[in-house]
Amino acid sequence: MHKLMMKLAIGSEAVFFISLLLGYLHFWNSGDFDQVARQQLDIRTAIPFTLVLLSSSITFLVAEKHHRKGVSGKALFWLLCTACLGLVFLSGQGYEYFRLIRKEQVTVSSSVFGSAFFALTGFHGLHVLTGIIALLYLSWLSTLENGKRSAAAAIGAIGIYWHFVDVVWIAVFSTVYLLPYIL
Amino acid sequence: MDTFFTHTVDKLPAASGRKKPLHHWFTTVDHKDIGIMYLLTALFFFIIGGSAALLMRVQLAVANNQLLHPDVYNQLFTMHGTTMIFFVMMPALLGITVYVTPLMIGANEMAYPRLNAFALWITLFGGLLLYFSIAAGGAPNAGWFNYAPLNQQQYSTSRGIDYYAMGLLLAGIGSVSTGINTIVTVLTMRVKGMSLKRVPLFVWMALVNSFLIVGALPALNAALSMLLLDRLINAHFFNTAAGGSALLWEHLFWMFGHPEVYILILPAFGVYSEVFQVFSGKRIFGYAFVAGSTVAIALLSFGVWVHHMFATGLGNTVNSFFAASSMLIGIPTGVKIFNWLGTMYGGHLRFTVPMLFAVAFLIEFTIGGLSGIAFSIVPIDWQLTDSYFVVAHLHYVFIGGSLFGMFAALFYWFPKMSGRMLDERLGRWFFWLFVIGFNLTFFIQHFLGLMGMPRRVYTYPDIPYYTLLNFLASAGAFLMALAVMLLLYNLYRSIRKGPPAPADPWDAFTLEWYTASPPPEKNFDRLPPVNSRRPLWDLKHPENPDKD
Repeated sequence: MHKLMMKLAIGSEAVFFISLLLGYLHFWNSGDFDQVARQQLDIRTAIPFTLVLLSSSITFLVAEKHHRKGVSGKALFWLLCTACLGLVFLSGQGYEYFRLIRKEQVTVSSSVFGSAFFALTGFHGLHVLTGIIALLYLSWLSTLENGKRSAAAAIGAIGIYWHFVDVVWIAVFSTVYLLPYIL
Repeated sequence: MDTFFTHTVDKLPAASGRKKPLHHWFTTVDHKDIGIMYLLTALFFFIIGGSAALLMRVQLAVANNQLLHPDVYNQLFTMHGTTMIFFVMMPALLGITVYVTPLMIGANEMAYPRLNAFALWITLFGGLLLYFSIAAGGAPNAGWFNYAPLNQQQYSTSRGIDYYAMGLLLAGIGSVSTGINTIVTVLTMRVKGMSLKRVPLFVWMALVNSFLIVGALPALNAALSMLLLDRLINAHFFNTAAGGSALLWEHLFWMFGHPEVYILILPAFGVYSEVFQVFSGKRIFGYAFVAGSTVAIALLSFGVWVHHMFATGLGNTVNSFFAASSMLIGIPTGVKIFNWLGTMYGGHLRFTVPMLFAVAFLIEFTIGGLSGIAFSIVPIDWQLTDSYFVVAHLHYVFIGGSLFGMFAALFYWFPKMSGRMLDERLGRWFFWLFVIGFNLTFFIQHFLGLMGMPRRVYTYPDIPYYTLLNFLASAGAFLMALAVMLLLYNLYRSIRKGPPAPADPWDAFTLEWYTASPPPEKNFDRLPPVNSRRPLWDLKHPENPDKD
């Protein structure tokens, strides 16, 4: 039931991100949009942080496996690992934002590129943050004596959400960072 | 048959007399209370949105009228449309959905009761936030679809559109929550024996509709988020002066907006499907076609949005594609009209108020459908777009389709919700006054549109026939207002001293009529076996049960 609910929720979130992506691509041919994307974004920093986020999906799978076996100590460890990897990704995004705003003078209001870039990656970042909060809540639940059953019910749904956030990042990363080198 | 009636009769009067304390309504998560509060929210905003319409019709009653300032008029038509769509029709259909769906599938609650309550309150607060704009310096004034670049800071300087975006965003989150909740409820909480081929058609419509809500609303939410970024922190999505795109807003808005008009009509289709069956005393004619054509509508509805944008110059290829898809979507809707006619054919017809609205719907909605097909022909659209012909068309489908469905639902389920019968005689007065007023107002507007009167003008010169036709349209609006006052009186009187409603006042077929009116907090203590699409028919006619 909770998994069905989460699948529907991420279905609606997917439409939300598709709309933002269409918004981003809509401006592709306007002015020097793609050149700005290539010159001012730092793909060399983005790649490692992307790998960090993707690896967090694997750590989550490990946590889920331990949870299913009933080894709650190890499950907790891997859940916290997953949350930490999410935080590392967010700090990478924070660094990118800081660099763009301070060094390149790219802001939400500097150009259409700025608006589209910050909206797309910002909303994704918010979803990562939401996921981290959910993971920490789940970890806390699993340590409580009477929270174990709730945790068992929630872990599948939160997993679907966390993998979804990863998949969205693959779409965002491909569009924002890779596409300027392909087209 | 005997056991059925004794079972329900001894449960009858207990629940109806007890009054719930005020704080109960703020804390309840009971799907029945939430449903009723959705309906009250809709009624509240219906009165406000209707008053805005009356003010507009007063302004337009005579030529060269200077009663309302043009600025005020802009705010009025914007608030009228926004209110009626987002805070009247949406809460009304969601209210009926969350009230009726669990009862119809034999469940005692929605899958997520607290999410249900959250969705109600966030929708209500979204509406209040929209109206707070008036206190904050001016209501939104760029029309209900709020086109760019008119929705930008430099053209709309009051805070109105900020409140529009935030209010709709909140309501949108609420609607998506309820959509998800309804799908999970229908898919996981049906009583034993009720396969998806046996659920009542209203539930089928609610299910398909919820998928539409989950798939369409996020496009609007994304557009509103971008708009808020534009207006609050100076982003450039829709700001054409800084490289933004007005077309992007139109695309995103109508990617939501066209599924939205089906979101508003599908639950009404569900209501009509129940009403036609019960008051014809027959099974639906072509269950699978009603359900299947609804799925077809839902899928097609995501591929027709550009027919709102024929005049923006996207080119002949794009226009032709969307003209064809728009004509295509008329077919599954037409199929249903014949299903309902076939259900009535040879039936033992009872013209109660819900049935009257259902029959009127067949006629009015067909008119609205035909003018809609006319709009899918691109040159006709170019000629008539932004004229009163559009106003006539959309009111025929929204009022003649969606609102009539909500009225039919109100009269049909009021006994279940309140434990009291509505007055049929007052109801018939309401029906005739409203239908006559509605046709007077909006049929005439077809001609005004053909004569070239543009929509959204605050006044017009004294051209031959303009004053006469507009005056008649205004008179019709007041007939509708009179009818609504009769409805309010009917509701007030019936809640206080209407005759108590038995569990099954209409001799109906579906499970909600098995429990008491109003149902106890836990809907069902026990349920009849479900071996067909009409469990109550089987119970009442054991000698002649349904085969499917």
